[in-house]
Amino acid sequence: MTRLVIRGGSVIDATGERRTDVAIDGGRVVEVGSSLPGDTSLDAGGCVVAPGLVDLHVHLREPGREDAETIETGSRAAALGGFTAIVAMPNTEPAQDSLAVVEFVRGQATRAGLCDVRPAGCITINREGKALAPFGELAAAGVRIFTDDGNGVQDPQLMRHAMEYGRALGITLAQHCEVASLTKGAVMHEGSCCSHLGLPGWPAIAEELMVHRDIELSRLTGGRVHLLHLSTARSVELVRAAKADGLAVTAEATPHHFTLTDELLTTYDAVYKVNPPLRTAADIAAIKAGLADGTIDAIATDHAPHPPESKQAPLDQAPPGMLGLETALALAISELDMPLAEVLAALSWKPAAIAQIADRHGRPIAAGEPANLVVFDPAAEWTVVPAQLASKSRNTPYAGRTLRGKVRHTILEGTPTVIDGVAQR
Amino acid sequence: MKHLLSIGDLSAADIHGLLELTDHMVEISQRPIPKVPALRGKNVVSLFFEDSTRTRTSFDTAAKRLSADTMNFAVSSSSVNKGESLRDTIETISAMGVDAFVVRHKSSGAPQLITQWTTASVINAGDGWHQHPTQALLDCYTIRTNLNRRDGFDGLRIAIVGDIKHSRVARSNVQAFTALGAHVTVVAPPTLLPPHVEDWPIELSHDLDAVLDALDVLYLLRVQRERMDDALLPSLREYSAMYGLTAARAAHLAPQSLVMHPGPMNRGVEMVVDPAELPGSVILDQVTNGVAVRMAVLFQLLGSGTDLRGEPA
Repeated sequence: MTRLVIRGGSVIDATGERRTDVAIDGGRVVEVGSSLPGDTSLDAGGCVVAPGLVDLHVHLREPGREDAETIETGSRAAALGGFTAIVAMPNTEPAQDSLAVVEFVRGQATRAGLCDVRPAGCITINREGKALAPFGELAAAGVRIFTDDGNGVQDPQLMRHAMEYGRALGITLAQHCEVASLTKGAVMHEGSCCSHLGLPGWPAIAEELMVHRDIELSRLTGGRVHLLHLSTARSVELVRAAKADGLAVTAEATPHHFTLTDELLTTYDAVYKVNPPLRTAADIAAIKAGLADGTIDAIATDHAPHPPESKQAPLDQAPPGMLGLETALALAISELDMPLAEVLAALSWKPAAIAQIADRHGRPIAAGEPANLVVFDPAAEWTVVPAQLASKSRNTPYAGRTLRGKVRHTILEGTPTVIDGVAQR
Repeated sequence: MKHLLSIGDLSAADIHGLLELTDHMVEISQRPIPKVPALRGKNVVSLFFEDSTRTRTSFDTAAKRLSADTMNFAVSSSSVNKGESLRDTIETISAMGVDAFVVRHKSSGAPQLITQWTTASVINAGDGWHQHPTQALLDCYTIRTNLNRRDGFDGLRIAIVGDIKHSRVARSNVQAFTALGAHVTVVAPPTLLPPHVEDWPIELSHDLDAVLDALDVLYLLRVQRERMDDALLPSLREYSAMYGLTAARAAHLAPQSLVMHPGPMNRGVEMVVDPAELPGSVILDQVTNGVAVRMAVLFQLLGSGTDLRGEPA
């Protein structure tokens, strides 16, 4: 065994903040304290040492669209972004609606060895919204989150049954809230901007109707529902009221939905096309307030790689989605007016609980705990250069932007996956 | 001015300048041999990703009257159908040596994207629901000449009637008419209005009869049959009854007022009378002026260093 010591940092976890070294051996934290002995060490001077980040919402594209991303390149991007666990969305080709595909994704992730990849299952077969996916078989194999992300489950009867059936299995249904008949052909937020640009609008009500429906279905069935990528002020209000009623409802928001507005679409640059769309300054304020008061539990990236040629197209022809893994922590630090411990809660231990992986991720940093950790400099500034990202794709909307907060080291099960900002494999 | 993408990029002075240049082009077009060598050696490529006989023919005629070389790129006969991307198409044709692209595309913003991939001038000949700037200019020219409004449209009352939401003509014309000082009323059922129309510099009405008699210009838009599929309208019959120009409505128009339509007309829908029987119809003037306005635009973008009399300066 080799004993690795992270020296000179400030630990922040769910139990609080303290200055301490952290010794790791055999995949676990073995000791915390000052001036710990060790065989090797990592410098954490001026840095925060925290539980590894957890992303509830990542598109790894493999199998099916390996030209956009692979499980390996996506895992590397995750590690560089400080993530030790990510939930892989099931809109692959074929979709993750069977044990065979789920096991394939796990196998590729294990081979990559850069991040703990947790495949989500589909709610319906092939995400078609018609027949339930085999929840029981997948749950028995450890799948905890089910979603048709990219599509909302349109049929309320089917969604009711999914919640009822899923409740017995203890799984969480994650909803992409979009009433499809209200967003036919839509490419951007329905508002003043799209009116002038002559682009079909994606109205806020299309999200809010489904948020409301699923909250009420959760009230009816007791089923646990997680609302993906909230984008509107009214959605935040609905979730706030649901939580006040004590319902089993959780929610996430993406960095782009608290940093970018629909006015960017005046460039007609499809890098700004995303689903749900970028909305208004008022929505951003509501999302930030929702994160600050805990209405929105988690920051999730909705990392959605697309190859350049697909984004160099008119807005109605380009696919929606943006990269997110390598910029999320810095955007949260730079843009949110929240104490760092609360930012980390939304990026680590709260999403770990939603993903039901809190036995390994988002743990307190103490002797005996699994060593899934991130070390970052909260003050370091860096500029986003698309060509330097580890993702196979380049579709970041933050190119050229200077952000604050940089990941220095990432430790997965005791092994460094990133040292001094460089991926180790 | 390098490109013509949107009326919103033009000042009122820019519009006036183009309309004055159009006067010269009208004069050229009326000569026995309506052709000048102003753009000799310039290569104008029409890229029509969406069908349009009249706009393409109008641009083609305009370019030929200025002696430019013209090439038509029609999507049905192109490699776009073999999966070539817009960028590759533009870069490939640009490499042959192009001075201007005239672009019609079903996607809003496509002409703006194209400017990134070529050094040629890009002229928007209609993109999605967004803009159709030469239509707006030819409409301004038609109003200017027929109502003798060389100095602008101050105090002029114009109503645009029909499917505003899905209309690039409405978006361009509202900008152009208001830039020149006109008072624009948009008349449509609420389902055919764009979102947040309250941010537009217009007055809104759902009652055509209430606005008719005060108008200087009645501008009718084409209503497409597919609007019924999305429950935007109960039926074309009902649209026609509420918003169509019937003989009874035409009788309420002021004697000097103009009736305009960008074409192609849906007779029996928005146009229930025969426009040939309307004294104020200037619909064919619009078509004629379209050629001259497009000559002016081509000359403005490509003609630096030449004058209209003939040889390069």
